[in-house]
Amino acid sequence: MSLLSGRPDANVGLLAQFSNPGTLYDAVKEIRKRGYTRIEAYSPFPIHGMDKAMGLSYSKLGYLVFIGAITGCSLAFLMQWWMNAVDYPINISNKPLFAFEPSVPVAFELTVLFSALTAVGGMLALNGLPRPYNPLFFSKRFARVTDDAFFLQVEAVDGKYDEMATAELLYEIGAMSVEVVGHEGTRDIARGGQAESIEVPEPVVNA
Amino acid sequence: MSTPTATAAHEPQRIILEEEALVQGGLNFHDVTEAVAGHVEKRIPTAWYLAFTGACLLLSMMWFSLAFQVWNGTGTWGLNNPVGWGWAIVNFVWWVGIGHAGTLISAILFLFRQKWRTSINRAAEAMTLFAVACALIFPTFHVGRVWLVYYLLPIPNSMLMWPNFKSPLLWDVFAVSIYGSVSLLFWYVGLIPDLATIRDRVPTGDKATMRDKIRQKVYALLSLGWTGANRHWRHYERAYLLLAGLATPLVLSVHTVVSFDFAVSNVPGWHTTIFPPYFVAGAIFSGFAMVVTLMVLIRKVYNMENIITMGVLEKCNIIILVTGTIVGFAYITEFFIAWYSGVIFEQYAFINRMFGPYAWAYWAMMTCNLISPQVFWVKKFRRSIPIMFALSIVVNIGMWFERFVITVTSLHRDFLISSWDYYSPTIWDVTLYVGTFGWFSFLFLLFLRYAPMVAIAEVKAVMPQADPHFYHHEGDGGPGHAGGHGGDGGVTVTATPPPAAH
Repeated sequence: MSLLSGRPDANVGLLAQFSNPGTLYDAVKEIRKRGYTRIEAYSPFPIHGMDKAMGLSYSKLGYLVFIGAITGCSLAFLMQWWMNAVDYPINISNKPLFAFEPSVPVAFELTVLFSALTAVGGMLALNGLPRPYNPLFFSKRFARVTDDAFFLQVEAVDGKYDEMATAELLYEIGAMSVEVVGHEGTRDIARGGQAESIEVPEPVVNA
Repeated sequence: MSTPTATAAHEPQRIILEEEALVQGGLNFHDVTEAVAGHVEKRIPTAWYLAFTGACLLLSMMWFSLAFQVWNGTGTWGLNNPVGWGWAIVNFVWWVGIGHAGTLISAILFLFRQKWRTSINRAAEAMTLFAVACALIFPTFHVGRVWLVYYLLPIPNSMLMWPNFKSPLLWDVFAVSIYGSVSLLFWYVGLIPDLATIRDRVPTGDKATMRDKIRQKVYALLSLGWTGANRHWRHYERAYLLLAGLATPLVLSVHTVVSFDFAVSNVPGWHTTIFPPYFVAGAIFSGFAMVVTLMVLIRKVYNMENIITMGVLEKCNIIILVTGTIVGFAYITEFFIAWYSGVIFEQYAFINRMFGPYAWAYWAMMTCNLISPQVFWVKKFRRSIPIMFALSIVVNIGMWFERFVITVTSLHRDFLISSWDYYSPTIWDVTLYVGTFGWFSFLFLLFLRYAPMVAIAEVKAVMPQADPHFYHHEGDGGPGHAGGHGGDGGVTVTATPPPAAH
């Protein structure tokens, strides 16, 4: 997953709500079996096993952080050597101007600092955050995604995407509601393929 | 930790886990959100204003003491010729030590997959940050001419000189400031999903007041457009794991480097290789005591008994018992090594600690740190709120005395009898120290008010309902069976009926 195509909500499409992590997990497996690829699951907490269900590989963040660590460590040694042994050498108690041992604490600390900054910066970059505008925020139901609601999104750019047929499929695999999300707002799709507004059901989660 | 109950051969084996549920009272996901986010949303209670006023008063005392010290110099403190490090360094080490529990809970316990940490890690990390903020006051102003404190940073001073990287005091600057920065990053990354929760709960449209609109903007800005997408969670969890892996050696290194400030010198009583591990154990000990003090108050004031459960507090008390005993063992080892080294100055330093002019501080330390935590061997005591609250304060007093004993008793009688002197603090030492409690409470009260004080997303993730397989076993033993399948332990679910979610 490259830096920016990793933004899963880059395209509008269908947004289906599911009642709990279990139904969402099954739905993701099922819809992938039907050949959909541009899908994304949304949940208030990370769901165990969802990466595998969605067919995602390992996050590459570790490699970035390793580069950050090497940078921090070498920069620290270079800095201590250059400042105390080259640019302004001062003899303190006849200690060597540069030695490996007393340089370790500062090198260690800077390694951690650079790695931590890379971890956070890399995570945000890979996720395409911060992202102030997102069409999903038009959906009233979606406001509960950070509370207790679970969603499956099928992006419009998916090769198999067909608004009515896909919506019908989503209902079939257990969606509580399906809506079309666009840049102008959202529109419900009721079961049976009518593109009209229906009543918004309160999501029920492990009552 | 799990024992199968006696079942007939034909019945599916049912696993009963002895551990208490991490979230009690039958709360569901929404209840957890309400319980935490509700406190950020409701009107500010009068009690909060009262507490905040008190904190501000103490804080102004701190600023006044600092201004007085800057204006008149470090002579306003009780420092004298042999004792050049007094309360300022004692308080610095003490506050940094308190900070350690937060990172330990969020990083080390995370790596050890200790799920009970989720209910207290947010507040403990906040405690870390604010304790480090308090700690940094002391060395900064202890340099005397505080406007030249930038000499400590690797930027050339007015003579184009660089700092001396062979000095442990400079290592300390790096260790503590980077510790503070990484803790802040770690804390903020953990906050992002929960800030999004608060953002999404702010009323919009016609119902929104001016206050709501401001809140919506601020929380939207801070939560960076978080949606809870699984692709985001994937990188997020990896980042969190990496930060935990980085913070783990960091937290151990900070107090190690702080101990180098002492151990690298050759003052009798300081010059010892036991200092790094012993300082780290002491830091965890005092930090957990502060966590218990704060959590006992928070769960009572904010009705969080179902989330910050007695089991969590009990585990903190066990850690206090273990680290307290390690610290006590270190005290005794120091004595043995002083005798075994054959160095008379070293031997005198330790006899002097026990029976010299500061014997009162030494025995206070021994009583508070080694003897008092031993009551936690008794399960009834470590599950008693009054006892653990009182003891957590006793432990923090004891740990303050430990730093006092190390700093002052080692310095006040050094190699030459002619330079011996007795050190006592002045009123400005006391007002500055007491004032830092104002600084700490000021920051902590703002945190309790404006940020989710419990890691909402993390608590939900350790609930049994968060496992997708929890829902797959209705009819064949119910969720009790799922508890066994989930394999994540820590939950007694056999008594609860199957969820009605399907």
